[in-house]
Amino acid sequence: MSDDTKPPADDPKATAPEAVVGSEDLHATDLDLTEANAAGDTAPVRIGERRGMFGPTRGSDTTGYGGLRTPILFPGASEKPYGSYFDELTTTLEQALGTTGDTAYGSAVERVVVDRGELTLHIRREALPAVARALRDDPALRFEICTGVSGVHFPGEAGRELHAVYHLLSITHNRRLRLEVSAPDDDARIPSVVETWPAADWHERETWDMFGIVFEGHPSLTRILMPDDWPGHPQRKDYPLGGIPVEYKGGTVPPPDERRSYN
Amino acid sequence: MTTHDDTIYEEIPADEQSPGLDPALGDGQGDPYATTDADREDGARVFNASGGDWGDLVDEATALHEERIVVNMGPQHPSTHGVLRLILELDGETVTEARAGIGYLHTGIEKNMEFRSWVQGVTFCTRMDYLTPMFQEATYCLGIERLLGIEDQIPERASIIRVLMMELTRINSHLVCLGTGGMELGATTVMTVGFRERERILRIFEAVTGLRMNNAYIRPGGVAQDLPHGCLDQINDTVPQLRAGLRELELLLNENPILKGRTKEVGYLDLAGCMALGITGPILRSAGLPHDLRKSQPYCGYETYDFEVITRTGADAYDRIRIRLDEMYESLKIVEQCVERLKKVHGPVMVEDKKIAWPAQLSVGSDGQGNSLDHIREIMGTSMESLIHHFKLVTEGFRVPAGQAYVPIESPKGELGCHVVSDGGTRPYRAHFRDPSFNNLQAVAALSEGGQVADVIVAVASIDPVMGGVDR
Repeated sequence: MSDDTKPPADDPKATAPEAVVGSEDLHATDLDLTEANAAGDTAPVRIGERRGMFGPTRGSDTTGYGGLRTPILFPGASEKPYGSYFDELTTTLEQALGTTGDTAYGSAVERVVVDRGELTLHIRREALPAVARALRDDPALRFEICTGVSGVHFPGEAGRELHAVYHLLSITHNRRLRLEVSAPDDDARIPSVVETWPAADWHERETWDMFGIVFEGHPSLTRILMPDDWPGHPQRKDYPLGGIPVEYKGGTVPPPDERRSYN
Repeated sequence: MTTHDDTIYEEIPADEQSPGLDPALGDGQGDPYATTDADREDGARVFNASGGDWGDLVDEATALHEERIVVNMGPQHPSTHGVLRLILELDGETVTEARAGIGYLHTGIEKNMEFRSWVQGVTFCTRMDYLTPMFQEATYCLGIERLLGIEDQIPERASIIRVLMMELTRINSHLVCLGTGGMELGATTVMTVGFRERERILRIFEAVTGLRMNNAYIRPGGVAQDLPHGCLDQINDTVPQLRAGLRELELLLNENPILKGRTKEVGYLDLAGCMALGITGPILRSAGLPHDLRKSQPYCGYETYDFEVITRTGADAYDRIRIRLDEMYESLKIVEQCVERLKKVHGPVMVEDKKIAWPAQLSVGSDGQGNSLDHIREIMGTSMESLIHHFKLVTEGFRVPAGQAYVPIESPKGELGCHVVSDGGTRPYRAHFRDPSFNNLQAVAALSEGGQVADVIVAVASIDPVMGGVDR
């Protein structure tokens, strides 16, 4: 790296570009992360931080790895052209949603991520029903089937802890698309898409059951897998796995969530 | 360290005991879990059918002169295809409302997978839909491979073996569907023929993977191990036997007047209904749409195999039976093509990358499948580095770059997909399975409302739900 392109800084390591984005960089610090998030939309999205490598992270840590802090970086927004059918799809959606109003493409779609050959549209939650209807009804889009709703809990992503992920399938055009909608933990509400895709009924109930995301407008949002009076939402990261120690030949094996982990 | 002596079972005070333990509750006739009139706010009479003379119960119920009856069928009922609970509102013999209650077999597999390494996840997801273990393994591993970016490094032989095993599993699953479906109609011969033929396939699975079910055979990067010696001959011998068995099933079912009377125009769901409810698989194809992911979005090299997508237009339970029968013949065609290819294609069955490929090897000894002595000799006696490598990969596992992937495949029941999310660690951050049975069970109301009670059984059997997959 030549010196003239390098911005002046106190800590050269923190400003070196490879230290900013590489998720394989195990020695990144907080300083790197601030820069990574400030670098714009295309920078990887930080969804959390991993501490240590394995074994205890404090107290009896003898490895020296306990203090290691690694950012968890997800692929950031992609730049046009996206490739494949993705450009045509996003352009059509842009036309279908229009350019003005609350549900205009620019305000409805927060981020377009093309990663590993899959297209993900991050949708602002208020705009989800309109986007869903456009995706289903526009002849050039025609996503007839919502194959499922999956939840993901990112406790480290402040203000966007709970994600609902919709996988759409268009049999007409033989295309796939992923919608991702996020909600903060203390206001876990996302509009329901059951009106557009009745198939999402049980999937949304499952996501409510497992993550506690309230799908507003769902005809009967009740628990589906857990008993009706179950406390908590089991798939959230703060919900323990549970389990009891198992004895075998005089030794005790702790439950899986208390064993040494390599994360 | 704890010993057995340390285990203390506390005496539970009477007022904290589970209500089920209190004989004063319940119906007072020795069934603490029975529903009572006190559970009902509107004061409707509740009947619990648990043994005794059925005629007495019917007499008692008819004496009320109440036409509208809510019947709770399941979760323990021999004809509900596992622990499915059906809540039926009846007007005489007609079903006016049907609801499915699920969750009785929820085992938290997805949560458990988040606490195991990526490779260990295979042994968990194989247990979801226990009739299609290979398919869960395949979609999970294809997802991981996409995250790892090694999709094009999977050896050809591994892909062929995957296709071979998946197609055998498809026949296996369809045979159980027809067999248990037949049994639910009271036709036990269909069941005995179906399970007899399935046994032939399970014998192949046992020879290849060491297990009849829950195989954990398809692994990230390939398959657990190559086919054993003589396996291709075994498959070659089995295929004609299966053909003969399928022919027997066809002769038994296709023109059987009782079966046709029970299944024709029963459980009707047209294309618009399928689309709205997100139905895939044989139910969708019985409505006439030739949608099959093996053709439309091929994976594992399915585009290079010669087979037909079977469709019919009756959109009823009968056509779904016929589609499953015909699909098994198509699967046999693919199996034969796989055998031909496997005779020519040799080489590894796992990716080259030693940071991903499972280091342990298995071999067949006199007492069955077990550790490869050669491998153990190497890591324990010859190479310290091999031991370290083995230890690291088996205990810690490999890291998968952060991101998410969804690679759906065509399972016997429809679209099966795994939404895998990685945070760059050695464990799945989230693995959500889109199980076709879970989605398709939503159609119970559409399939059975307005029909007879007996048709509910047929309609549910034509969905072919497996509760292990539905509840996960």
